[in-house]
Parts: sequence; C-alpha cells; structure tokens
Amino acid sequence: MFRFLLGRLAVLIPTFIGVSIIAFSFIRLLPGDPVALLSGERVMSPERHAEISHQLGFDRHIVVQYLDYLWGVLHGDFGISIVTKKPVIDQFLELFPATVELSLCAIIFAVVVGIPAGVIAAIKRGSILDQLIMGTALVGFSMPIFWWGLLLIIVVSGILQWTPVSGRISLMFFFPSVTGFMLIDSLLSGQEGAFGSAFSHLILPTIVLGTIPLAVIARQTRSAMLEVLSEDYVRTARAKGLPTFRVVGIHALRNAMIPVVTTIGLQIGVMLAGAILTETIFSWPGIGKWMVDSVFRRDYAVIQGGLLIIAAVIMLVNLAVDLLYGLINPRIRH
Amino acid sequence: MKKLTTLFAATALATLMAGTAWSKTFVYCSEGSPEGFDPGLYTAGTTFDAAAHTVYNRLLEFKKGTTETEPGLAESWTISDDGLEYTFKLRPGVKFQTTEFFTPSRELNADDVIFSLERQWKSDNAWHGYVTGGSWEYFAGMGLPELLESIEKVDDMTVKIKLKRKEAPFLANLAMPFASIMSKEYADKLQAEGKMNQLNQMPLGTGPFSFVGYQQDAVIRYKAHPDYWGGKQKIDDLVFSITTDAAVRFQKLQAGECHLMPYPNAADVEAMKADPNLKVMEQAGLNVAYLAYNTTQAPFDKPEVRKALNKAINKQAIVDAVFQGQATPASNPIPPTMWSYDDTIADDTYEPEVAKKMLEDAGVKDLSMKVWAMPVARPYMLNARRAAELMQADFAKVGVKVEIVSYEWAEYLEKSKDKARDGAVILGWTGDNGDPDNFLDTLLGCDAVGGNNRAQWCNKEFDDLVTKAKEASDVAERTKLYQQAQAVFKKEAPWATLDHSLSIVPMRKNVEGFVQSPLGDFAFDGVDIVE
Repeated sequence: MFRFLLGRLAVLIPTFIGVSIIAFSFIRLLPGDPVALLSGERVMSPERHAEISHQLGFDRHIVVQYLDYLWGVLHGDFGISIVTKKPVIDQFLELFPATVELSLCAIIFAVVVGIPAGVIAAIKRGSILDQLIMGTALVGFSMPIFWWGLLLIIVVSGILQWTPVSGRISLMFFFPSVTGFMLIDSLLSGQEGAFGSAFSHLILPTIVLGTIPLAVIARQTRSAMLEVLSEDYVRTARAKGLPTFRVVGIHALRNAMIPVVTTIGLQIGVMLAGAILTETIFSWPGIGKWMVDSVFRRDYAVIQGGLLIIAAVIMLVNLAVDLLYGLINPRIRH
Repeated sequence: MKKLTTLFAATALATLMAGTAWSKTFVYCSEGSPEGFDPGLYTAGTTFDAAAHTVYNRLLEFKKGTTETEPGLAESWTISDDGLEYTFKLRPGVKFQTTEFFTPSRELNADDVIFSLERQWKSDNAWHGYVTGGSWEYFAGMGLPELLESIEKVDDMTVKIKLKRKEAPFLANLAMPFASIMSKEYADKLQAEGKMNQLNQMPLGTGPFSFVGYQQDAVIRYKAHPDYWGGKQKIDDLVFSITTDAAVRFQKLQAGECHLMPYPNAADVEAMKADPNLKVMEQAGLNVAYLAYNTTQAPFDKPEVRKALNKAINKQAIVDAVFQGQATPASNPIPPTMWSYDDTIADDTYEPEVAKKMLEDAGVKDLSMKVWAMPVARPYMLNARRAAELMQADFAKVGVKVEIVSYEWAEYLEKSKDKARDGAVILGWTGDNGDPDNFLDTLLGCDAVGGNNRAQWCNKEFDDLVTKAKEASDVAERTKLYQQAQAVFKKEAPWATLDHSLSIVPMRKNVEGFVQSPLGDFAFDGVDIVE
C-alpha cells in the first residue's frame, strides 16, 4: 500500500511540472498583450509600455520567467494578479470554498438521483419507464449548460418565483465568513432564515451543475446493473426465493457499484469544468467565474495559477479515488 | 370575530412599526467586480462606480446629468491671469467617514489634497509604488506628469497648483475619478502599521457612502455617511450585487432582487419597457464610433473622395442591425450630450447615386480598399464585423470593392496607429472627462498622428482652433472655437462618423432620484426608494 502511494506520488510530480509548462506557455500563445489591454483604446506611450512590462517582469526571457514562476510556486507564491494586484493564492483560497460547496451538492444530487434511476431502468429494462429514464439522461447529457441554466432561471425563478435568481444568499443576511461554506456559515451566524436562504440559492446551480454527472451516473449504473443481473449468483439468489429488493439491493447493486464509483471520481474533473459555466450564469463567486474573467483580461498570473491549483486538486482527488477503490473492492489490493 | 379583527390590526400595526425601523437598502446589480478600491490605479468604469462615486469626492465634481463641472471639495477657485496658477479654497467642515477600521480625528484639509495627487505624480513618494505592478494610468494618460509644475499648501484650507503651460481641460481632469481625495491621516496610519495595501482594499473618504465590506466577486456593501457634507442620503444601505450576465441581471431586476441594473441586452429592452414594474431611462452615451480613413494615402487624401464615401454609407441600417435601434447615427465627432456640440451641422445624407457621381468627378475608378473591423464588442460598436459587412455592401453599390480585415484586439489597436496603414479603420472612443478637448484634440489633433489619430489627419485650421480652445479658460469662448472646429471636421471628413450608442438604464418603478450620467457613471447619491 505504502509503495503504491509512493509510486503514485512519483508520477504526480512530473505531471504537475508538465501542467505548469502547459499552463504557462499556452496562455502566452494566445494573441493579446496584457500590458496594452490595460489601457484599451487609449494609446500607451512605448516608454510607459516598457516600464510596466518591466515592472511585471514580461521583458525577461520566457524561460527565465517560467523558472522564476516555478520557483515561486514551489514556495507557495503563485504570483500577483495583473488586474487586481492581489496575490493569486489569496484570491483562490477566498473563492474555492464556494466552488467546493456547489460541486459537493451537485455530486450528491447526481448520485442520489442518478443511481436509483439507473437501477430502476435496469430492472425495468425495455419498458417505457426505462426508455423514459434513458431518454431523459441522453437529453441531460447533451444539454448545453449555459442554455439549461438560463432556462431554469427564467422558468423557476422568473415565472414561478420559487427560487432566487442568483448569488449565494439573500443580501439581507450579512455575517463574516468562517468556513467559506455558506450552508455552514449561515447556521453558525444564528440569523433566522439565513440557512433557508443559502439552501434555496443552491438549488438551481446544483441542478444545472449536477445534470451531466447525473446522466452519466444513471447510464453507467444501468449498464453495470444489467451486467450483474445476468450473473449466475444473481440467478441463484433469485432461485433461493429471496425477495427482489434483497437481490437487487444487496447482491447486485454492491457489485455494480465498482465501475460507478470510478465514474463518480472521474466526474469531479468534469464538474470543475462545468462549474466555470454554472458559476458564470448564477453569479456564483467561485473559481470558475474568476478564471473566465481572467482569460478576458489576459491576467496571466491568475490563469496559470488557477489552472495549476485546479490540476493539483484533480490529481489529488483521483489519487483518493484510487485508494478508495481498494477499500470498496477487497479483491483489488494494491 | 371582533377579537380576530383586533388581532389583525395589532399585527398590522406591529409590522408597520417594524417596517419603519427597517433600514432602506438599495441594491444595484453591478456588471462586474471592481479591480480594487483605489481609483487612481485603474481605468475601468466598474471600478470607478464601486470606489470613486461612492466613497470619495473630488475637488470639482461633474454636475449631475451633465459634463459641466461644479465645486466639490473645493468651494471656489481662482485662475491667475496667465492661466498657469490655480488656487483652490477648500470647503470647511468636511468630515471623513468613521468606519469599523478607522476613526478620523480631523476634517479635510490641504494635506489630504496634496497627498492624493502627489502620490500619483512623484516617484519618490512612499505611496507611488505601494501596490506591486500598480501604475497611475489615468494620471499619466491625461498628461499630468508633464503638465504639473508644483502643488503647494498655501494654508490649511488653500492649495495652489501651478502648471507648466495653459490648459483649460485641467479643471475637468480634477473631477475625474483618479483625482479622488483620500484621507492622509488614514494613509499615515496604514503606513505606520505596515498595511499600505489596505488603502486599495478598504477605502475611506469624504463621499456619500462609507465602505462596509467586499466579498470577492459577490457583494459590496456600503452605508450612508451620516455626516456627509452634502447631507445624509435618503437610503441607509447601498449594496452592489455583482451579476456579470446581462440576462440574469434582468431576471433579478424583474424578481425585485435589485433596484437598478446597467448594460441590458439590446434584445431585452422592449420587454423591460413593457414590464409594469420597471421603468427605463435612456440617453446618448459619451461615445462615438467612426470609420477613420488613412488621409495620407491616395485617393483618401482628397476630402471629396472621403465625403463621397460617407454619402454611400447607410448609417441608419448599421444602427438598426448592430444596435437594434439602441444607438443614434452620429454626425459630429463629439456626442450630443457634450457641451459645445453643434446641432446645426447637417450630416451627410445617404445618397448612393450622388456618391457615385462624386467619385467619378474626383477621378476615382475601380477603387478597392480595406475596411478594418474590430474583433471585440465595445459600448460604441457592438459588432464591427456586421457593420463592416453592411459598409461593404453599401460601397459595392457605388463601385468600390471592400476587403474586410481584422486582428486580435491588442494587435488591432497597435497596427491601426501605423501612418502607412492600408485601409480605413472602425474604432471609437468613450469620453474620460466630459471635455470636448478629450475627443477633438485627443483623436484628431496633429500631435496624435501615429497614435490616437487613426485618420492620420493633420489639418492646420482644425488644429489651431482646438489648440486655441485648450488654452482659453472662458467656456463661452471655448464653445465657439469647438463649434468652428466641428464645422471644419465635417467639411474635411477625415472620418465617417458612425454612431453614438444609447446608454440604457432599467430600474424598478419605485426608484426615484437617479440621474443618468453622460459620462457613463453609476452614482447613487440622491437616490431614494418610494413605496
């Protein structure tokens, strides 16, 4: 187990360096001079352009810039945003809990709805219910997030007025952030109605962000269940006269879960990508929206720092999933 | 039954009383996050709305709804006869805000004014480089480092600023956000505590609202400054709810989650006007979009050729297609909300037949040209590509072949400055200080050739007029000179003036006292919510 962990960590380091090179060089391949963009239509004198480029270190050789950057990263310094002039890591730490909270809710939603839907579709294979569930999953998987989010806002918030339009909590509530997780902070604040408000603000973004993983999980569950249900031990269990819910719930589902857990782990990366759009639509102050804004402003430090931290998070999550795998399936021991 | 009625009445009364004790909160669904809270460091309107117009004041302020200046923190001023010395008398009794993070011990004085300007000017000032990578964009952009001779304290309430040369727009520059007046006492405290960065994160000034807190990318909170020199505001709290998507802002406005929003989608404006809970204000923005010919190259060096091409462009069609009507065709290089705008000037009418004839008369045959289309949407031009395509079709009708070219934005700005540039460029400008000089000299003066002057047009008659106007301090005289300059511009036609976009502000019906600013600012002093 320990050797396995060491081996995996040894792979992570070159991956991390690779990601840092890609993050660093790709944004520089984008046309657009960040210094010139600072002044827009206003013409900046060449002297002033040179002065600012020098201040920001852009006048050095790109390799020197990269090594300097990597050295900083190894010391926990991800640079300073060209636009806000604040340290990238500070901004990240302030915004990341919002993304984590939304992603967790979305994955819980996807699992809680997706697994039962997949199981039902498998049991009722070929029925109208199966076709309905799988048809819906296909639509959910293919839906453009931006369109789906706006549609929900217009119908649920606009016409039906069931949920608030955007943001994390009603502006009536104002309390200091303790954990960064609004559901927890609102409870800690002790303000009446704060938790309810935070909860209602989460509903639509959770649905939008959870839709694609939900569809994937439902389809994966269905196919894994179909495979398991045709196994001999399931036939034996049935022949023993066990009630259906025991056959499905205990014998079949547990074994079908192995590929599903892998899928859920993979969905976390998809989720962080989806969060970029979801957060932009719902004005959710997380890292996704922050990154989008930075791309438009060619804020190199934020884009490369943000990419790097997100990549590191995904790598760690994948590592955790690998480790969990062994726990769920005792036959797989590393 | 009677008991029940009494109970209802009591509840209603209790609610009403509780209601009167509630604070009045005004929510503005702003379009983006401020870059920081020191207006000197940035150039974005979003930042100025969040920092400059709430927390701070300036020596002069723009009179609400106009581009004219009026006394702000300076109660009055005198200008020496040679036009080089400006002496400002400060308003007495101006109190700084008291917040959780700072309690001021004194009122505004000359030290605050000198601090606020010198930190941007003098590189040996401890605050000049207090933010890593920070630069004083507007201070430099408006040419103040080259213009200022000295800033002196005459006494506690008098400041004298000496200039190196005569420049009338200087006063308007002092009303711009970058010239916001900060508290030197607060800055000194931050410096002593080694927390200089806080000046850009927790602002403190003399303005109508004091800063309470900012949650990144989500919410900015302010409360009314109780001792504001202009009187306490009618609203108690002001909240900026940051909502980047225009469609979502509209939904929030409809749901009553905010009172006012900026920059609606053009396609939503009709629905906004039809909504009984909303009202919509509109005004021509302080901007202009233009097609700048390269006047140094044949045949565009001939005014009659440029004039003919101008007559071939169907501007109304461009406004309709690109802005869905949310813009007006432009006839002058300055927008109609700007003082000195000459509304007697007749625009070139759209007459393709006449244009064709004029080109023939000028000896132009089989002309092909490039039209440059910007790759980005700007307030004055939402879709340059579409506009270029329409012009291409218009020019084809008069026998001129057009090739449309485009570059990445920063490259576009850079390449279009080139004196030897091939082709006419679509570009525009949004005014900074409301002074006509900021359009006419900045964009069309001889000094700007190879820079902001994309037409590369240097006309002596025009340049003399705007230079004279820049040096004159009498507004009536300047107005006359600028009107003459506009006439020369129209006759010479270095640009096809395309449009001034409308600035549209939708808000809840119960919002009162909001005044649209021609400068594009969103300022909420004087705003009220009526039930």
